[in-house]
Amino acid sequence: MRTLLSNKFIMLGGAMILAMLLIALFAPLLTVYPYDGLDLANKNQAPSLEHMMGTDPYGRDVWCRVVYGSRVSLMVSFAAVGVAVVCGSVLGIVSGYLKGGFDLAAGRLIDIMMAFPSLLLSMIIGVALGPSTRNMCLSIGIPLIPIFYRVARGAALSVGERTFVIASESMGSGRFRTMFRHVLPNVLPQIFVVLSMGMGGSILAEASLGFLGLGIPQPTPSWGLIVNEGKPYMFTAPWTTGFSGAFIALTIWGFNLLGDGLRDHLDPRV
Amino acid sequence: MADNDYLIRLEGLTKTFSINSSRGFRSARLTAVNDVSFDIRRGEVFGLVGESGCGKSTLYKAALRLIEASSGSVYYQGRNLYEMSFRELMKVRREMQVVFQDPYDSLNPRMTLEELAAEPLRIHKYGGRARRLARTEELFAAVGLPVQLIKGYPHQLSGGQRQRLCIARALSLSPEFIVCDEAVSALDVSIQAQILNLLLDLKEQMGLTYLFISHNLSVVRFVSDRIGVMYFGRLVELAGKDELFDHILHPYTYALLSAVPEPDPGWIRKYAVLQGSVPSMLRPQAGCVFHSRCPHGDRLCTQTPPELRDFGGGHYAACHKAGELNLSLDTGCLAEKG
Repeated sequence: MRTLLSNKFIMLGGAMILAMLLIALFAPLLTVYPYDGLDLANKNQAPSLEHMMGTDPYGRDVWCRVVYGSRVSLMVSFAAVGVAVVCGSVLGIVSGYLKGGFDLAAGRLIDIMMAFPSLLLSMIIGVALGPSTRNMCLSIGIPLIPIFYRVARGAALSVGERTFVIASESMGSGRFRTMFRHVLPNVLPQIFVVLSMGMGGSILAEASLGFLGLGIPQPTPSWGLIVNEGKPYMFTAPWTTGFSGAFIALTIWGFNLLGDGLRDHLDPRV
Repeated sequence: MADNDYLIRLEGLTKTFSINSSRGFRSARLTAVNDVSFDIRRGEVFGLVGESGCGKSTLYKAALRLIEASSGSVYYQGRNLYEMSFRELMKVRREMQVVFQDPYDSLNPRMTLEELAAEPLRIHKYGGRARRLARTEELFAAVGLPVQLIKGYPHQLSGGQRQRLCIARALSLSPEFIVCDEAVSALDVSIQAQILNLLLDLKEQMGLTYLFISHNLSVVRFVSDRIGVMYFGRLVELAGKDELFDHILHPYTYALLSAVPEPDPGWIRKYAVLQGSVPSMLRPQAGCVFHSRCPHGDRLCTQTPPELRDFGGGHYAACHKAGELNLSLDTGCLAEKG
């Protein structure tokens, strides 16, 4: 645990993510305005003492919307990536290690998924399941599965050829035991790298879906949605897109730092 | 031969790989091990030599059923491994362990040395945690590794120490039979000697039987009781160590043994340098596998493959002309030192 905390990347990235989570958790304490309070007389106001991040094109307080927006954005990125990482890595590791028929079948399934542009696939799933936060996570997570599948399968293929895997089988270890004790730990670093990328990607995917009207129903804010709402006024009122965009960037940066740090931490050679 | 004379017996073991097979279309077949039969007696060291790519590693993998042989059978203590269920096979694997060639790749970098050495114990559910730790410490002492290292990771070890750990791991379940697949060839020469002596000491203490695979003839001569010579997937000669070096019957063995470097700089030896290269495994030729490179070959050799024949005293050779040729290594002489 002490070595975990001595890693600067883990500390910094973890602190950033933790701060975001706390903001999401204590949103009502951090805001004075309602996130859906229209005030068209005061639209696109620059940051001031009353509105520390200005107001959006509908006169709503940007800080307030960003704070509440973190709830949807963070939950979606965690849940969607969680779905993708679990399904993708498990399928990928089993495919790469067992090869043969399972690999063939799973590979074709993934090919089918990859034949669709990921946004289109998200929309199809979103429309088919209907609007809700849970379905939103699924519709963003499922198109991410092929990324994790391919990385995990590739890594498992190469790890599976290494002598210690053959040695484990020669000692009488079953295939599933070998897979979890030897293949999985040596595939994890590669998965971690993609993990932090997936986190950012899913926040952006959520924004795209929101823009197309398939996201969380209005007026609930999410970071991507706020960016989109402010986009037409980006030059006259840059604070709407700027602050919400900065939160997206900070979160993704935090995930990347955490991912890099964890990858180093899990490698006993470093 | 009575059942208890040998520990493991291979009968007509053959392993064929199909190359470039894409979804059911077989384009080429490669016979890596071709009809190999021999047995290893309890308590002996059986050396297996041959050049790179002659099928040594495929042979031991098929012999332990780590890969499925194409045909043939393997009897371990009288029981055919190829007629066992998976569950039975896993039980028999306790008795047969492997020490691999590359100590840098045969240890999972993410496990501690204790976990690595105790892995067979965990797989076969040997004792509780404390019992396993005690056994691990015992094994560390047996192979000469400092017990303080027990919580360390493989990257902290040198090549020789890694190989000691691999040996400790192989010994953990007190097996009867250990395959050493080029177990010392990745190590420095000075370390090779230490590891070889360790292996021989452990054999004496624990009554082990080894299949010792190597392309290094000096090493095989040092450790083995009997030696089998492989060429091109076939066993071409098999004899006791001294018998093999004194009365060579197969021209390939002669070429192989004459290539062993002699440590005495004054010793000049006639080298039997082979012409040509190893024929393609994908297009097997008729007749003797060695005929294209054999200096003594004639028409018979290009047509009929020779059987492994018994020349008495447990000396076998697969050569039509075995016994007719003068294949003595003692043709060297001491050069005059000026």
